[in-house]
Amino acid sequence: MSIEVTAILAGTIAAATPLVFAGLGELVAERTGVINLGVEGMMLVGAIAGFAFAAQYEASVASALLVGALAGMLMSLIFAFFTLSLSTNQSACGLALTIFGIGISAFIGQNYVSTALPGLQNLNIPVLSDIPLIGPILFQQNYVVYLSILAFIFVWWVLAKTHLGLLLKAVGEAPESAHAMGYNVLGIRYCAVLFGGAMAGIGGAFLSTVYTPMWIENMVAGRGWIAIALVVFAAWKPARLMLGAYLFGGVTILQFHAQTLGLSIPNELLSALPYVATIVVLVVISRDKKLLKLNFPASLGKTFTP
Amino acid sequence: MYLLEPREKPSRVMKWLSPVIALSAMLVVSSLLFLMLGLDPARALYIFFVEPLTSLYNLSELTIKASPLILIALGLAIGFRAKLFNIGAEGQLTIGAIFGGGIAILFHDHTGWWILPLMVVMGAIGGAFWGLIPAFLKTHFNAEETLTTLMMNYVALFVLLYLVNGPWRDPDGMNFPQSVMFNESATLPFVIEGTRVNASIFITFLALVIFWIFIKKSMSAYKLEVSGQAPMAAKYAGFSSKKAVWLSLGLSGFMAGIAGLCEVAGPIGQLNPNISPGYGYAAIIVAYLGRLNPIGIVLSGFLMALLYLGGEMAQMELQLSVAITGIFQGLLLFFLLASDVLIEKRYRFAKKKLKPRMSETDPTVA
Repeated sequence: MSIEVTAILAGTIAAATPLVFAGLGELVAERTGVINLGVEGMMLVGAIAGFAFAAQYEASVASALLVGALAGMLMSLIFAFFTLSLSTNQSACGLALTIFGIGISAFIGQNYVSTALPGLQNLNIPVLSDIPLIGPILFQQNYVVYLSILAFIFVWWVLAKTHLGLLLKAVGEAPESAHAMGYNVLGIRYCAVLFGGAMAGIGGAFLSTVYTPMWIENMVAGRGWIAIALVVFAAWKPARLMLGAYLFGGVTILQFHAQTLGLSIPNELLSALPYVATIVVLVVISRDKKLLKLNFPASLGKTFTP
Repeated sequence: MYLLEPREKPSRVMKWLSPVIALSAMLVVSSLLFLMLGLDPARALYIFFVEPLTSLYNLSELTIKASPLILIALGLAIGFRAKLFNIGAEGQLTIGAIFGGGIAILFHDHTGWWILPLMVVMGAIGGAFWGLIPAFLKTHFNAEETLTTLMMNYVALFVLLYLVNGPWRDPDGMNFPQSVMFNESATLPFVIEGTRVNASIFITFLALVIFWIFIKKSMSAYKLEVSGQAPMAAKYAGFSSKKAVWLSLGLSGFMAGIAGLCEVAGPIGQLNPNISPGYGYAAIIVAYLGRLNPIGIVLSGFLMALLYLGGEMAQMELQLSVAITGIFQGLLLFFLLASDVLIEKRYRFAKKKLKPRMSETDPTVA
């Protein structure tokens, strides 16, 4: 039984990693006031780009992640151009990006459906991984998982402790004031959106080159949308986002261990669990209007014209 | 340098010109895409956009695809007018298909004129039910409908997968995840000889007429429109925003459910995992492209059906993946959103903004 628990918890951390990357990226973008609903599309494009690059050139996972990040950035650049420079509606544009991303990833991916990639070996951090129980769970993950932790620390630190973070938050709360002070609001938003795209791309590439090293059409399976919901759940705070991501990782992993845990719920309904959980989480968070109002970036979704 | 400034009032010309501009831009980019793939763009565009219109059979196939798109889009348009973003049409049509298809499976060994109408009614109830859940979550818990309706899509898909892999799987179906083929009483009758066009076009036509009357004459529709255009005014007038949520989500679910049922009781003839190539999402584009207006929706419904059919033809003749349809849909929506900006705003060339002049006489001015 304890082997099972270890497997579940270790799996949770890995399963949460794409949500961490995509969620952190979206959090930064939303903090500057831009809601990018295209995360699902960006993750898919990142996934196929990383996968195709790795398959074509027998490249390492690191370079695949980089290519994924670039692809995600490119997608978010399209979005940023339409919403920031052409002032289109952000929500509708995000949906368009997702539809586009699903299409283009499926199109490029058709040649790679039966390709397999080597994946990644888990690290075995000396000494620490010998600690009973938590050792195998926390210290035997692959390096991308640890990268996601670094990403969290970075984002948290920038937002909470640096002038840049203050600027990002200011642009999100009061773009007119930031503009009046001479800051380039659109430029900052562009950077935030591109960062979000890069992170989503990394999250997608992780899925296709490490988590399940193969390509299946639509393999992100709604994680992009869950990441967006997680940002709301996190009340736009990075630490809460991590909590949410790991909770969801757990829910996702549950479906594979239900049998051994003695649950006799049919497989397909277990697969629906993360999505049901997302709805529950959204309901719980939205009930607390005060919490939302306090933390909601005031200019989120509103177009800004300098 | 150019400035984007608001117009005095929205441009009506642009409202109808915008889809044309968007379509043209999409055609240009798709030609470039074909060029990049090493294909002759003229031939590819022909196969995609013209060939589906060249024979009566192709036109009938076009109609089969356009009918559900138009039906769903009509339902969505009512909600979009009230600025309620229901992206859950895909799930609503799935549940409608399940509810209605369930009747077909339940009465598989029966015949009778009453089976089909009952299926349609159940389809409508199923779709409406699936739409009313997010409506309840919004009115009681303030949960934004954008994400909840989307999550419901995934849940609906898994419910369908569960049913066709488990309790509703055809025992004689060689273990494939599909239900029994619906019998004759549970299938929509064909209406045009030699084609697959079935009675669902009557349902769509009826829905169109009812939609038109509803929009023009109904007080509820007016209330919905006002709460979308001027929410504060609607509030002061006492138009219940809760009722608006129930009505629009329920109605779009209702229509989507019927459309889903018509798909499984029509061309598909059974329940299986692939009952919709993304019609629920495409219908959003149809509604938007059609300016939330019945005539516009019919036209853009056929255009979207053209993209689907063209994609299938391109797959047959050019060995292109049907996923290219998704690319075109995304592009079309992008360009539409961009050209829509010109309805409310316009570009004006202006001199660079001048900095405040330094006064030579007054030393206190910076």
